[in-house]
Amino acid sequence: MKALRSNKPRENLTGWAFIAPLGILFILFMLVPILWGIYLSFTNQSLTGAGGDLIGFDNYAEALADPDMWRSMLNTVWFTVLSTIPLVVVALALALLVNTGLPGQWLWRLSFFMPYLLASTVVSLIWVWLYNPQLGLFNAILGWFGIDPVTWLQDPDLAMLSVVVTTVWWTIGFNFLLYLAALQNIPETQYEAASIDGAGRWRTLASITIPQLGPTTIMVVVLQLLASLKVFDQIYQMTGGGPAGTTRSAIQYIFETGFTGFRFGYSSAISYIFFVLIIIVSVIQFRITARRSA
Amino acid sequence: MSTLTEQHTVPAGGRSAASIAPARKKKLGPAGIAALVVLIVLAVAWLLPFFWAIVTSLKSETDAASAALWPAQGFTFDAYAKVLAEGNVPIWAWNSLFTAALITLITVLTSALAAYAFSRMRFRGQKWAYIVVIAAIAVPPQVLIVPLFYEMLAMDLVDTYWGLILPQVVQPIIVLILKQFFDQIPIELEDAARVDGASRLRVFTSIVMPLSRPILAAVSIFVFVWAWNNFLWPFIIINDPQLMTLPVGLQTVKSAYGIQYAQNMAMAILAALPLIIVFLFFQRQIIKGISTTGFGGQ
Repeated sequence: MKALRSNKPRENLTGWAFIAPLGILFILFMLVPILWGIYLSFTNQSLTGAGGDLIGFDNYAEALADPDMWRSMLNTVWFTVLSTIPLVVVALALALLVNTGLPGQWLWRLSFFMPYLLASTVVSLIWVWLYNPQLGLFNAILGWFGIDPVTWLQDPDLAMLSVVVTTVWWTIGFNFLLYLAALQNIPETQYEAASIDGAGRWRTLASITIPQLGPTTIMVVVLQLLASLKVFDQIYQMTGGGPAGTTRSAIQYIFETGFTGFRFGYSSAISYIFFVLIIIVSVIQFRITARRSA
Repeated sequence: MSTLTEQHTVPAGGRSAASIAPARKKKLGPAGIAALVVLIVLAVAWLLPFFWAIVTSLKSETDAASAALWPAQGFTFDAYAKVLAEGNVPIWAWNSLFTAALITLITVLTSALAAYAFSRMRFRGQKWAYIVVIAAIAVPPQVLIVPLFYEMLAMDLVDTYWGLILPQVVQPIIVLILKQFFDQIPIELEDAARVDGASRLRVFTSIVMPLSRPILAAVSIFVFVWAWNNFLWPFIIINDPQLMTLPVGLQTVKSAYGIQYAQNMAMAILAALPLIIVFLFFQRQIIKGISTTGFGGQ
């Protein structure tokens, strides 16, 4: 490092030259929108160009008193709770099953990972069709057992759950592969030691495998919570936020107030309230994981 | 989590994965058979939506609009022919390919240059620049849609390829992943070239980039998949049907086609096919990419 200091002016220039291409894009498409968004949130700017006057904290005050905003935030949190649990637990179960060394590894990996490659539009096309009350596969299967058709996506009590099932099917492959990779990194000597000590299958799972997966589980949960909080695509395409707003997500509310309600200022304010929610979740998570690994 | 250093030891292929798995696999005991049965049931469940979509896409519209599993009029490629003949599907597929490829190229190239500077050089302001980039990982891009759109209006980039591409090329997580990889490359490899008077750029292009081929491949595949499947931003910025990507195009015609289920399914299959083919070809790299970098997105 001392040797590098000798040609410092030149190294300064080269360093910044390497960063410049990304730096320019970063400033233009990250920093500017972040700051512009904060500014917009204090104005009554509309999409059509009208307005634009500074109105202080009015947008924030309105948002905090807006039942629709709270509803969309609560829906998002509810979706996150409902989806994160199976997306972690089932992913782990699938990885454990596949990792028992059964034949056909590539087939299992392909089966569980392939949906992750699909675009949200494709996923929602297929699943809206599967959930179709008259023609869908699910009601056809229920029919074999003499069960009456169910309106999966139109029933306020079932719509969110149906979207969660779709999401689990669609995205579980990623967590599954993370667990699979982690399982294959557990040293075999630990299993040999356990079997010498006479540990059975369940005992080995509880005292070796699961503890060894601790760091992976923390990472999977962190990534999953952040991903689930940002849900929009599949819900918007499958239910449009309905029935009666029961599945409308925070991102959808931001999108609607901005691009169909034309209220850019108000929409920006909600964006930042949502961002604060994400930061709070991240901090809580960080606290928990820090305590655990301490 | 597997770290970057382990990436050469992580098995990606089926055989190596099986060989490193716990030794108890050798004989398929009662527990093994039970596990196999459970796995088969689950895999069938996971593949069923694909199967159902394919079957529906191969029906005539009349058959698709009845609940019968087996089509009365037999299977047909009519829906595919209609979608390809009438729709904009080929144009959208080209737009998706073209924009996703460009996004991948710009993202990986600019990120690699910056990551190399952060990893190997010492210069004024470096630390702060790095902190700013890393802090940006926490910002969900969806939160920026309104100001970004406003900025695009100001720059006159609404409804253009550049308006679609540019906001997607800044992905701080890629910088972090590449920097971590560069940190692991032994510095001695570069020192010799430096002593011989090679410039930083020359060292970067002729030593660092070739050594980083596996991580660059993994990162590229992921950026490509995300860009290919991205919905919200292309949906907002593009109105011209000639400039739409597949996900946006599908969303707009879904309502236009209404109850033409077979055509809807044929479009879904056509849109999914390219990435599934890519996956089959690059299965090893993708899985290695996931297992070595441990990053994700939806």
